[in-house]
Amino acid sequence: VTNSAPSMINLIGSESDSQRTLYPYVTGTSVVGIKYKDGILLAADMGGSYGSTLRYKTVERLKTVGKHSIIGASGEISDFQEIMRNLDELILYDNMWDDGNSLGPKEVHNYLTRMMYNRRNKFNPLWNSLVLGGVKNGQKYLGTVSMIGVHYEDNHVATGFGNHLARPLLRDEWHADMTFEEGVKLLEKCMRVLLYRDRSAVNKLQIAKITEEGVTISQPYALKTFWNFSAFQNPTAGAEGSW
Amino acid sequence: MSSIGTGYDLSVTTFSPDGRVFQIEYAGKAVDNSGTVVAIRCKDGVVMGVEKLIASKMMLPGSNRRIHAVHRHSGMAVAGLAADGRQIVTRAKSEATNYESTYGEPIPVKELAERVASYVHLCTLYWWLRPFGCGVILGGYDRDGPQLYMVEPSGVSYRYFGAAIGKGRQAAKTEIEKLKLSEMTCRQGVIEVAKIIYGVHDEAKDKAFELEMSWVCDESKRQHQKVPDDLLDEAKAAAKAALEEMDAD
Repeated sequence: VTNSAPSMINLIGSESDSQRTLYPYVTGTSVVGIKYKDGILLAADMGGSYGSTLRYKTVERLKTVGKHSIIGASGEISDFQEIMRNLDELILYDNMWDDGNSLGPKEVHNYLTRMMYNRRNKFNPLWNSLVLGGVKNGQKYLGTVSMIGVHYEDNHVATGFGNHLARPLLRDEWHADMTFEEGVKLLEKCMRVLLYRDRSAVNKLQIAKITEEGVTISQPYALKTFWNFSAFQNPTAGAEGSW
Repeated sequence: MSSIGTGYDLSVTTFSPDGRVFQIEYAGKAVDNSGTVVAIRCKDGVVMGVEKLIASKMMLPGSNRRIHAVHRHSGMAVAGLAADGRQIVTRAKSEATNYESTYGEPIPVKELAERVASYVHLCTLYWWLRPFGCGVILGGYDRDGPQLYMVEPSGVSYRYFGAAIGKGRQAAKTEIEKLKLSEMTCRQGVIEVAKIIYGVHDEAKDKAFELEMSWVCDESKRQHQKVPDDLLDEAKAAAKAALEEMDAD
């Protein structure tokens, strides 16, 4: 994938615009991740929106990276597929050394940061916000990278709407060394709030778990929702004829 | 069958009167003087073994790898000039990732062998390039099952049931021909290859050697990897025992 020579980096000009990403087309919404006792838990729904249309409903936004990490992506799905191609090649070359060493989550996170930041500097970003979590040699790692290369680690991270709706819940209820059941319950609570309040959320999600033993990405499932609030009953009571 | 090619052997772009290119043959000599490489295609995979002659006691065991992974499903064992071998391995890795990038599936072993052979041959066509001084054995497992190819410095590549290059190749080939490869699993194949390599190793001429082995088989989930340590130890023990038996006769 060749990119513009410095002379072609030009904000105005229709010719060079066709060479760089201006806006995303098919997007995924929030990813939420937490550290728990044995490792990391990531949750993301399986929706791919085409603008305001919830067009694709089986998009896997959580993927394994090597033996020690999982990645979750929100934003442009095609850019995520490109990122996965790069990561798969990175892991392949790492495996081919066959020397007993392997790239851990910290290294992969750093690699992603470099990728995102360098693209941003060329005014041609990969339009994604990524969550990278993993465990290596007993050390848990959870980090995030945005499309402009902003990166940090924390005990709980989220992308997009997750930052506004899920993180406050996590700040209140997350604590160190949660069990797997507690972790999933907390993530489901966050995902349910997102489902109610984020218009691009879809009720079909996956939860990924990574521990020292390995990675498991769950089968897709749906959350139970409740819509029988009295305020929703007979909504046109006060304005006959409206819908 | 060696002959002096005086006058016709100075450049790889010169034919001799009897139709030989001596530079390529000389390149072959570099391969013939290296430690033996043996590879066999068993019914469920490919096993490769290398007799790594140890130049100095200072070398760390496990270093100077002679068998390299070229992709998930294939590996390459090199005999001859090690630096030349590195170049070929790098090229093969590049061809393999390129193919997968373009076509979305792992490169068929046949295609990979053709590309490697093509590249090696390329370096025999120009006076400003010298031929590779190494022979390469490529073992892989794809949709058509396990396959074994050998590429010589001339750029010629054939598919084999069993192949050997290096010092002890004649003796090794004789031993391979005795094996019933179509009925053998890779687990058994590992033991046999170890026996062959220990067998052809010349104690008088070369002192120490290290045995390096790899396989691609159903047991390794069709991934190329070093033979697991416990099986390797078992193979070495069996090989040493077989040697002692032979000596006792």
